[in-house]
Amino acid sequence: MKDEVRQFPGGPRLDALSKVTGREKYAADYYSGKFLWAGAKRALVPHARLASVHAEDALSLPGVVRVLTYRDIAGSNRTGIARNDQPVIADEKVRHAGDAVALVLAESREILRAALGRVSFDHEPLPGVFDAEDALKEGAPRVHEDNEKGNLLRAVTVRKGDAERALDESDVVVEGAFETSRQEHAYLETEAGWAFVDERGVLTVVASTQTPYRDRSEIARALGLDMEKVRVVAPYLGGAFGGKDGINVQCLLGLAALHSDGVPVKMWWDRTESFLAGMKRLPARMYYRLGAKMDGTFHGLSCRIYFDAGAYATLGGEVMAMGAEHAASVYRIANVSIDGYCSYTNNPIGGPFRGFGVPQVTFAMEQAVDMMAERLCMDPLEIRRRNVIRRGEKNCLGVELKYSTGIGECIERLMEHPFWKERQAWKSAAPKWKKRGIGMGCMGHAVGYPSLIPDQANTRLDLRSDGTICLYSGLPDLGQGNASTYLRIAAAILGQDPEAMELVQPDTDHDLPSGTSSASRTTYTFGNAVINAAQALRDVILGRAGTILDISDPGRAVLLPGKVRDEASGREVSLTVIARFLNDEERTQKGYFRAPYDESTIGIFYLGAHLLFSYGAHLARVEVDTVTGGIDVIDYVAVTDAGTVIDPVVYDQQVHGSVAQGIGLALTEDYLVSDGRHDTTGLSTYIIPTSMDLPDITSVPVETFEETGPFGMKGIGEVVISGCLPAISNAFHDACGMRITKSPLTPERVLSALARKGEVGK
Amino acid sequence: MTRKIFFVLNGISVHVETDPARRALDVLREDMGLTGTKEGCGRGECGGCSILVDGEVKLSCIMTAAQLEGKDIVTIEGVCGEGDLHPVQRSFIERGAVQCGFCTPGMVISSVAFLNANPSPAREEIREALSGNLCRCTGYQKIVDAVEDAAKKMHGGGRDG
Repeated sequence: MKDEVRQFPGGPRLDALSKVTGREKYAADYYSGKFLWAGAKRALVPHARLASVHAEDALSLPGVVRVLTYRDIAGSNRTGIARNDQPVIADEKVRHAGDAVALVLAESREILRAALGRVSFDHEPLPGVFDAEDALKEGAPRVHEDNEKGNLLRAVTVRKGDAERALDESDVVVEGAFETSRQEHAYLETEAGWAFVDERGVLTVVASTQTPYRDRSEIARALGLDMEKVRVVAPYLGGAFGGKDGINVQCLLGLAALHSDGVPVKMWWDRTESFLAGMKRLPARMYYRLGAKMDGTFHGLSCRIYFDAGAYATLGGEVMAMGAEHAASVYRIANVSIDGYCSYTNNPIGGPFRGFGVPQVTFAMEQAVDMMAERLCMDPLEIRRRNVIRRGEKNCLGVELKYSTGIGECIERLMEHPFWKERQAWKSAAPKWKKRGIGMGCMGHAVGYPSLIPDQANTRLDLRSDGTICLYSGLPDLGQGNASTYLRIAAAILGQDPEAMELVQPDTDHDLPSGTSSASRTTYTFGNAVINAAQALRDVILGRAGTILDISDPGRAVLLPGKVRDEASGREVSLTVIARFLNDEERTQKGYFRAPYDESTIGIFYLGAHLLFSYGAHLARVEVDTVTGGIDVIDYVAVTDAGTVIDPVVYDQQVHGSVAQGIGLALTEDYLVSDGRHDTTGLSTYIIPTSMDLPDITSVPVETFEETGPFGMKGIGEVVISGCLPAISNAFHDACGMRITKSPLTPERVLSALARKGEVGK
Repeated sequence: MTRKIFFVLNGISVHVETDPARRALDVLREDMGLTGTKEGCGRGECGGCSILVDGEVKLSCIMTAAQLEGKDIVTIEGVCGEGDLHPVQRSFIERGAVQCGFCTPGMVISSVAFLNANPSPAREEIREALSGNLCRCTGYQKIVDAVEDAAKKMHGGGRDG
């Protein structure tokens, strides 16, 4: 496989042409002659007992076709992944402001909007709970009465060695309480889809989704349909970042299509609704104590972390568990105690977001590491290098790192970087009213699912009778370019021009369940399945070509674009001819892959441990304006170990995009909610970085070769985001000599911190 | 209450009979079938719905159908000439400026208008010109690279190159 990486075909992404011309059809782009618009009436109250819904006013409006409530749902009316706790349409209770209480079908978007304003409902307000720690206290209002553990959704515990004794034995102990914000995904394409019941009586849902196969079973269960009667199709997404890992429009759309008298139905949340009802990154509060010996060796870590899942489970408990698994960041610590809690509240729904719990804990741990370096008067990179985990050592769960582990080298690269070496000169050249600082953050991120969840993929490659090759994808392309990468992987093995090949987007009718497009697994896991399918198809093609060309030694046949050539005789046969000599079964080759797992880790941690990790080390140079409190990121260096770089452009796209979201998380992004009511309503109050707010980012790959990865690669989608918050926070401390432990580092927080030390305007 | 609205759309004279108070964006997407123009916010905050109106960038989500009357409208579908891609489109492809692609049509429209007005911009000027178009995937770096590259393609050189 090491040799084949050199043949990996370069060139622009294969999806770029259709996107740059506006021809690509997203889930939001479906229209037909006659169709209906569906829209949800949102509760806007955070916690209430639901009495009755009044539809008469809306139904009296010409063009309003139906107003549906939970009574129109034949199935369980519950969706969910870890727990089935989320109603499609609220029945007994409203648990957060974005809950749907009715579904309206109308002939136009304008009529729909008017009708939604005319739907009303009676409710009895209930006291709510809006803080993850408060939610666990005795007497807190209960979000789900049927949850045996009150508002506790999930708890995890890690005990390795004796953390308390180790902290007593430590020469220095640092401690801190850290808090991170609720981050909104803010994908440009809001939740959208299209649904209809086809001539076979199958409910077809086309949706902007990361999870078509899981959606299918959720739709079937919630709406009371057989799985065979539900089909989900996933076109290219207009961004997702974890926020479309689960049900949003799918069940509402399905319900609408079951009541539309055969007319297709369109649903497209506007930005306000997307903010109101969509998932967010779980806010976290984390209490850390880190102990070290005088020489800088970390000796003990004890932490308690609280994550706010909001009203429904989605994958909130799993996000928190992932945070706990990464709580010690990238360090070797003999004694570890971690208690992780994830609570239900009446806040917006938490869920997966690029990083999946890791940015939160990395913010805490990497600041604790800097605090320790300061106390010990050590270089902050040196203390990291001294404690960094290496291949073959055990992580904070006690799991041995058997796979590629390049974090040590990432840190060494930063130590060599001119920005680090020349830091004093750069800092002292700060302009008037500004302070300059340099900070770093290190991080790891697991690739794929934990050991208990089979991380597997299925694909299919067809050599069609006309000689073209077609690849069936099982995982949606959220924008990261995996569809294009799949074609290139197959093309590399089959010796073809990837542009001459075709990719079919995920469709549950193709029966290629491959899990979800998430968890930094999309290219790693599915790419391996593509390799297996391509190798099988290559063997079939070369075998038959050998017969046609009468070659005794099969090693002489070589696959070239559109043909096979006998190197000895120079004779060639086209794929079209070869296809004619193959039967249907031979022309279709499937590929399967299951990622490495270790059953022995299932006992030690919730869903078992992760085994394979990507890594990174970041350096930020910031300027703090002591008059306005604004922080400018002047330069940013992201060193990443995501295995071999198979496509430098796609690789840097992930690095740049992650850093941009990470800088947003660090400086501006905070979705504000007061007692469950949303204060943030659009992109003018939720500030994501514009082109003016970001520096050019320096991406430095550390290319380990991951033996289990396609061409040596491993996941790059998430790891990078976790370094930004600590790097910028540590840079602020380096600039101003004070620490902000609650993110984002807004001008208000910066000015308050400066004011406490009389440093405003200095 | 509908009205006939006449305008030029991607070089062709067209008319549409509709409620003049409807959003221009909806007319383009639903009535004209041009779904390349995207809606990201519906209130003029993201730039996803950018179109050219008499050569200037306008946000079609905060324009009414009536405002199309008599105008020369270019959408992403009309940016390329006789089957050839516009240099901005070629540069977006070649420089890896496209990820999910949902902001791309608006970005291309803004870049085309900007380069017409400022043929050899500095990198900072490009960043400023595109600051009304939000992108959540790219961090903008490769988009700025692409616009720099397109300036060279169109006019033989950016200020820095």
